[in-house]
Amino acid sequence: MDRFSVFSARLVDKSENFTSGHRACQGCAEALAVRLVMKALGRDTIVAMSTGCMEIISSPLPLTSWKVPWIHNAFENSAAVISGCESGMKAMMRKGKLPAKKINFVGMGGDGATADIGMGALSGALERGHDMIYVCYDNEAYMNTGIQRSSSTPFGASTTTSPAGKASMGQHTRKKNMAQIAVAHNIPYVATACSSFPFDLMEKVKRASETPGAAYVHILSVCPTGWRIQPHDAIKYGRLAVDACVFPLYEVVNGKYSLTYRPQRIIPVKEYLGGQGRFRHLTEKQVEQIQAFVDTDYQKIVKLSDEV
Amino acid sequence: MGKVRKGVEVSIAMADAVAQADVDVIAAYPITPQTHIVEHLADIVANGELDAEFVPVDSEHSAMSVCCGSAAVGARTFTSTSSQGLALMSEIFFISAAMRLPIVMALANRSLSSPLSIWNDHGDVMMVRDAGWIHVFVENGQESYDNVFCAFRMAEDPNVMLPVAVNLDGFILTHMIEPVEYEDDELIRQYLPEFKMKHALHPDKPVSMGCFGMPEIYTETQMHREDGVTNSYPHILKAWEEWGKLTGRYYHPIETYRADDAEYCIVTMGSYGETAMEVVDALREEGEKVGVVKIRLWRPFPFDEFRRAVLGKKSLIVIDRALSFGGPGGPVALELRSALYKKEGAPTIVNYIAGLAGRDVSRKDFRHIILEGKEKAASGDTEGFTLYGLRG
Ligand SMILES: Cc1ncc(C[n+]2csc(CCOP(=O)(O)OP(=O)(O)O)c2C)c(N)n1
Ligand code: SF4
Ligand SMILES: [Mg+2]
Repeated sequence: MDRFSVFSARLVDKSENFTSGHRACQGCAEALAVRLVMKALGRDTIVAMSTGCMEIISSPLPLTSWKVPWIHNAFENSAAVISGCESGMKAMMRKGKLPAKKINFVGMGGDGATADIGMGALSGALERGHDMIYVCYDNEAYMNTGIQRSSSTPFGASTTTSPAGKASMGQHTRKKNMAQIAVAHNIPYVATACSSFPFDLMEKVKRASETPGAAYVHILSVCPTGWRIQPHDAIKYGRLAVDACVFPLYEVVNGKYSLTYRPQRIIPVKEYLGGQGRFRHLTEKQVEQIQAFVDTDYQKIVKLSDEV
Repeated sequence: MGKVRKGVEVSIAMADAVAQADVDVIAAYPITPQTHIVEHLADIVANGELDAEFVPVDSEHSAMSVCCGSAAVGARTFTSTSSQGLALMSEIFFISAAMRLPIVMALANRSLSSPLSIWNDHGDVMMVRDAGWIHVFVENGQESYDNVFCAFRMAEDPNVMLPVAVNLDGFILTHMIEPVEYEDDELIRQYLPEFKMKHALHPDKPVSMGCFGMPEIYTETQMHREDGVTNSYPHILKAWEEWGKLTGRYYHPIETYRADDAEYCIVTMGSYGETAMEVVDALREEGEKVGVVKIRLWRPFPFDEFRRAVLGKKSLIVIDRALSFGGPGGPVALELRSALYKKEGAPTIVNYIAGLAGRDVSRKDFRHIILEGKEKAASGDTEGFTLYGLRG
């Protein structure tokens, strides 16, 4: 297995399977995540992608950013579509209609596509045990349609459908934990990642591709436009999210949790929230409440991870 | 399987045909009255009689999505649904046609909610009339069996590359036991060779499918779709012609019965054709100059054949199995009225909507509809529609 995290950056494959020239906003760390995922997967890959930012920026007819076979069908069904690709190829290879070949079947979608509208299709595909990977690019809102809240939007964030106002603190519900929902399907591999930690991300995607059966990778993908931060700060905010333990990086292999990164110094949540326009309105008390949520959630993962 | 004639439930015969067609992927979700088809396919796969992936999906939306993925990699793909299932998958039903994916579906026609009803009419298929699929209607078990092969042949023709729905009336056909002549596997292989898709998704030759279209290109994509459906017509005829040559059973977009010298005709789609023929026989005995016109191909609509069959007749009595609320009549009558608009020798059209949600339309009812329709036509009462058998 390629151990990207112990290799130096120079050793990573220079070729791109998701090429430049696409129309993402400046500093889009979701596009960076797609690029890293595609580097880790290599060319023997078929991608089914949901409607959303990444689909729109990469496929304006007649152009495409994709060097691998790629299909977009609808918003909520990339998991079902890729399960169909896998089933079709599997049957044809078994029947000798196609030469046998190891292919990565990868479904991809945003947090809205994954945690909201496509939840049923994803759950079905994971439960059926197709040999596939599903990657969720979580930028914590419906960005393509203009920053509406999803069930993956964090507590306290202001979006265009959960706006902060005199009578509202913005999003008043807790972020849905998709990685743990994936774990509940008893699939062999689940991981969280962030494009601010590129080697960790690529290594996890690689591991997912080498795992027979269904794998799920949930990637925190900083969106400067929706988070209302400067484009050049996108990578920084990904690191802050992880160092504040808002978004812990871990793997769950056959049900066994392990943290793949433990911050040397855990920073207060305040440092992560500060400077993001979407959290600008929060009171000190609300920030304290968020800190309490983060502490309990992180301790749960630490405990699961330390279990022998 | 060798050539054999058996008494069999129509759903079973259809499933057997799907197996003989050597499909690679079946996406299955239960909904009455199509369920026997996929249940039987599950058995066939479980018994090792067909090497295929049987994908028991989480919803019909996912069923059509799985079909899209599977057809996009070039696998022969089948699914089946009815009514609410079709409504739920309708988003992807449209997309599958736009993406030119040669999926075959058995659409066991059933009424739409509400009120919930499991019984037969054509409310479901009319909802997706404009999706860009090829729609074939069958009227008995043999036609159901045969048209599975014809549908794959049409869908996979490189000149067509469109999904095809074989519409069969729920219960009236799906649950009937009828004699069906099964064809020899060898004949099927000859008629339906292995499918080789030109632009399938494969890492050796990457393509991007389903890109998004800006206004400057969307219109052109829709014209391509229109051309695709319209130009499929001669290839549909060819698929039926070759099936006929091999089996002696020929199919045509418009079929007629005792219509040549008829002054007026009853027009049906689906299983009502058989009853209509019997009633017409009886009425002929009484000296009525009546015939039957059956629409087998609903999309692409066979304008020329239809006009050829009916121009010069006095009137048509068109039976619809669905309503267009607030509209001018049933969808079939609407279509025919516009097909005949300003044509010389065009018959007038009297429209009945009958048999909603499986309400029985007996021979007596047909007789009544034909005779009353004839009178209506004679008195010039040809606007709108009559909801036949309405109580109270
Ligand atoms: C059935 C359906 N409902 C709504 C939409 C509109 N829509 C397109 S993309 C999108 C948001 C995508 O959000 P997400 O999945 O989080 O991806 P992101 O754009 O944030 O990367 C929405 C609501 C659609 N295309 N289809
Ligand atoms: S809105 Fe956000 S996720 Fe979408 S392209 Fe722009 S930066 Fe990327
Ligand atoms: Mg999003």
